[in-house]
Amino acid sequence: MSENMVIDSGNARQPFNYSVGLYGSKFFKELKENKRFLGVKCPKCSKVYIPPRKVCGECFIETREFVEVGPRGKIGSFTILRYAFIDPETGEQKPVPYGYGFIRLDGADTLFQHYINISDENKVKIGAIVEPVFAENRKGTIRDILHFNIVD
Amino acid sequence: MGKKRVAIIGTGQTYHKSHRPDVNGQELIHEAVSSALCDADLTIADIDAIVIGNMDHFEGINYVDCWSVDGSGGVMKPIIKLTTGGTTGSTIAIGGYHLVASGLFEKVLVIGWEKNSESDTTGAITTAFDPVWDRLVFAGAISGLAVEAQAYMARYGATDRDGARVSVRDRKHACNNPHAQLRKEVTIEDVLASPMLADPIHLLDVCPRTDGACAVIMANEDVAPKLASKLDWIWATSSRHKYTYIGDVNWGELDSMYNASREIYKKAGIKEPNKEISVIELYQPYSFAGIIWIEDMGIVPRGKGAEYIWSGATDMGGELPINPSGGVIACNPIGATGLIRCAEAAMQVMGKADIRQVPDVNFAISTGFGGCMWTDMILHGQKKPDF
Amino acid sequence: MENAAIIGIGMTKIEANKVRETFADMVWEAVNKALNDAQMTINDIDNIITTSNDFWDGRTISCMAVGDASGARNKNVSCVEGDGTFGAFYGLTRVLSGSYGTTLVTAHSKGSESISSLITNAAFDPIYDRSLGMDMITACAMQATAYMYRTGTTSKQIAQVSVKNHGNAKNNPMSQLPMDITVEDVLNSEMISDPLHKLDCSPVSDGCCAIIIANKDRALKYNDKPVWIKGVSFCSDSYFLGDRDLSKAASLTKATNAAYKMAGINNPKDEIQVAELYDAFTYQELMWLEAMGLCDDGKGSELLENKYFDIGGKLPVNPSGGLLSGHPVIAAGLIRIAEIVKQLRGEAGKYQVHGAKLGVAQGVNGLAGQSHCVWVLGKEK
Repeated sequence: MSENMVIDSGNARQPFNYSVGLYGSKFFKELKENKRFLGVKCPKCSKVYIPPRKVCGECFIETREFVEVGPRGKIGSFTILRYAFIDPETGEQKPVPYGYGFIRLDGADTLFQHYINISDENKVKIGAIVEPVFAENRKGTIRDILHFNIVD
Repeated sequence: MGKKRVAIIGTGQTYHKSHRPDVNGQELIHEAVSSALCDADLTIADIDAIVIGNMDHFEGINYVDCWSVDGSGGVMKPIIKLTTGGTTGSTIAIGGYHLVASGLFEKVLVIGWEKNSESDTTGAITTAFDPVWDRLVFAGAISGLAVEAQAYMARYGATDRDGARVSVRDRKHACNNPHAQLRKEVTIEDVLASPMLADPIHLLDVCPRTDGACAVIMANEDVAPKLASKLDWIWATSSRHKYTYIGDVNWGELDSMYNASREIYKKAGIKEPNKEISVIELYQPYSFAGIIWIEDMGIVPRGKGAEYIWSGATDMGGELPINPSGGVIACNPIGATGLIRCAEAAMQVMGKADIRQVPDVNFAISTGFGGCMWTDMILHGQKKPDF
Repeated sequence: MENAAIIGIGMTKIEANKVRETFADMVWEAVNKALNDAQMTINDIDNIITTSNDFWDGRTISCMAVGDASGARNKNVSCVEGDGTFGAFYGLTRVLSGSYGTTLVTAHSKGSESISSLITNAAFDPIYDRSLGMDMITACAMQATAYMYRTGTTSKQIAQVSVKNHGNAKNNPMSQLPMDITVEDVLNSEMISDPLHKLDCSPVSDGCCAIIIANKDRALKYNDKPVWIKGVSFCSDSYFLGDRDLSKAASLTKATNAAYKMAGINNPKDEIQVAELYDAFTYQELMWLEAMGLCDDGKGSELLENKYFDIGGKLPVNPSGGLLSGHPVIAAGLIRIAEIVKQLRGEAGKYQVHGAKLGVAQGVNGLAGQSHCVWVLGKEK
């Protein structure tokens, strides 16, 4: 019997231009220019959402009021990654270990996903207070925040 | 209740393995379809419609419903594709149910498949998340689950030994299942000594990646009793695909599981699920979920999941065996995984589960998990639904 | 089939590039329009089917983006990947099954966000076909050649479909490309892939459509303008282009005959007054019409020349302007259904077909019309 062959797709890729929308555009402009985080408040249940979005899913109602949240917050939950996988955005493996978690920015009701600095692993705990470290050259993406540092 | 009641009359699975270079996608699908047709003693000519599902970016094939017809038997037949991520397998089972229950089709073939070896699984899963907000900092499915486990452990003081106990159970059960990919018993110590992937999850706490397919044949109440002597009646289905953004999730509790299970219990009049349900095939991609999610299902009170697992209640021979098949930790061709849960639950109800058979199964539950902490659920019963 | 009806429709304007809008923004607009149209609130919706495609959206689990905007957060929900007519079909079965009284169905895509040829190239088999560099346009160009060879239809004749549909679009404020053009304009436009000129092809578009389906008990509860679902079916042909007679749409014929049978239609040419078909390319309108028995095989072009398919003709086809005037993939078929609903309600404004009582809508999945879904809708129960 002949060998089972595999056909490699090579570097085939499909580039996209994802629309950010009005709410997200406002968020990224504020993040880039003023290092501030904007959430939105539901007019019905008063829940403050981050990322900001047009619709409160619980109430099925359009949000209108932007409110500043953070920049500090508390770790809602986290993990420390110790295995590498291919980042589909870059095609490269991210170096491990690194901290990853969900942060409840002050004033927000939902969590904000980002990296957590793990230079002292013992301090990485649920409830620990964190603050963001921003990139020098900000481009208006979520990576304008490098990671969150734990505040003693 | 539906215009037509619906029963599963046959199931089929492929030989599941981490890499199946001996078959292409259509051939893999065909292997499962042939096996299900054989089980139901039907030919493809008897099938009125087909529901198929997978996750597109694992194989990189667009319009899989169209592409797959040589394997699925869909040439000159109605074929429709449903896809909802990890829940795809359970979503298509629910889809097959509604197609038959609608009265528009007598017999429907449901197919879930995946060749996870054809791409980088974690990379492909990462593309599930919002490209603007979530994807650029998403750290893979395992990390997402690790976050859930951390939140639960902080709340109830569970340990990684508790998680390991679930893995030991499922891996032991898998030894009874010829379809399972991984059939090797492990000890608590083995699990804890395996590499740490993302705290607190070790390698032996999580599912593998698999090439495989599963097919299930459903028929309406008019024809099902004539076609098969052992039937698995579908009593109720539910799905909750709650969240759009990953930061909205209530980490540490699976809200979607809570909501989906309560809807099912209400429909079927189930008051004490741990007593009335005989067996559960849980889409449990990692060990800690085996503790957390049975609390959400109302099998045990909050914080009592680990104790229930340690008691042996969910082992074979226990009060409520969970994952007699070995579950997802032993075999995970993602688009098929939810449908395998459905098929295994059906086999339990039909009494066709061989050495992994749980005695006297009245009600069984199968679930699907995926997306942004989403749940699908199906209640299977030995008796014809009386509503 | 037990009675069920479409009781609400909503759609966004079809545009070349809705750069300011996310998928969720488009869905929110279409869903709220459909709810308003039906005089319902989201609380009246029992379950939801979203329709999207992971390749077009550039995202695995593309349905995740539109859950909140479609009101799905605490409801039963599922997702069909394919044309919106297929999404609607699944939505209908969830009503007929007795599980739910009403289904909200959405379908969306934004062609502007990707390179269409790369997306449709991914529909070719990765082992045998894909590396040849084919896409939807080249596949359909081969089909056009086969169809024109078999029937003797000419480039000049198919060009008239473009003239008619872009002309019809002038009366439809939701369409993307209303145009006053001539056959010469079509023939003089850039040759994309022989025999298809640029104006033989539908554009790249963004858009979303939503409809609400109700069972017979709920159909009259919210408003008095239900459009009844008389017959519906779908069917797929072989996959490899070489396995099919590309000049014919056998699966469309099979699906259509099943839908007619369900609807009790014996003589479609006389009984159906309006059709909204999936004219992704000019020749397809004629080919689909013939496959659906709405005119004799090979005679479409002749009838077209005699204005048979114009808004004032015997069987108006694509009075909305069709896909040639706006083609948001996935949403396109659901828009066909919504357009027939408008016609049967008498709400189509300047492109109203007078006296339309029975209409047909069609959607397509896959390359060169492999898989079709056909809906027969009626004003009367």
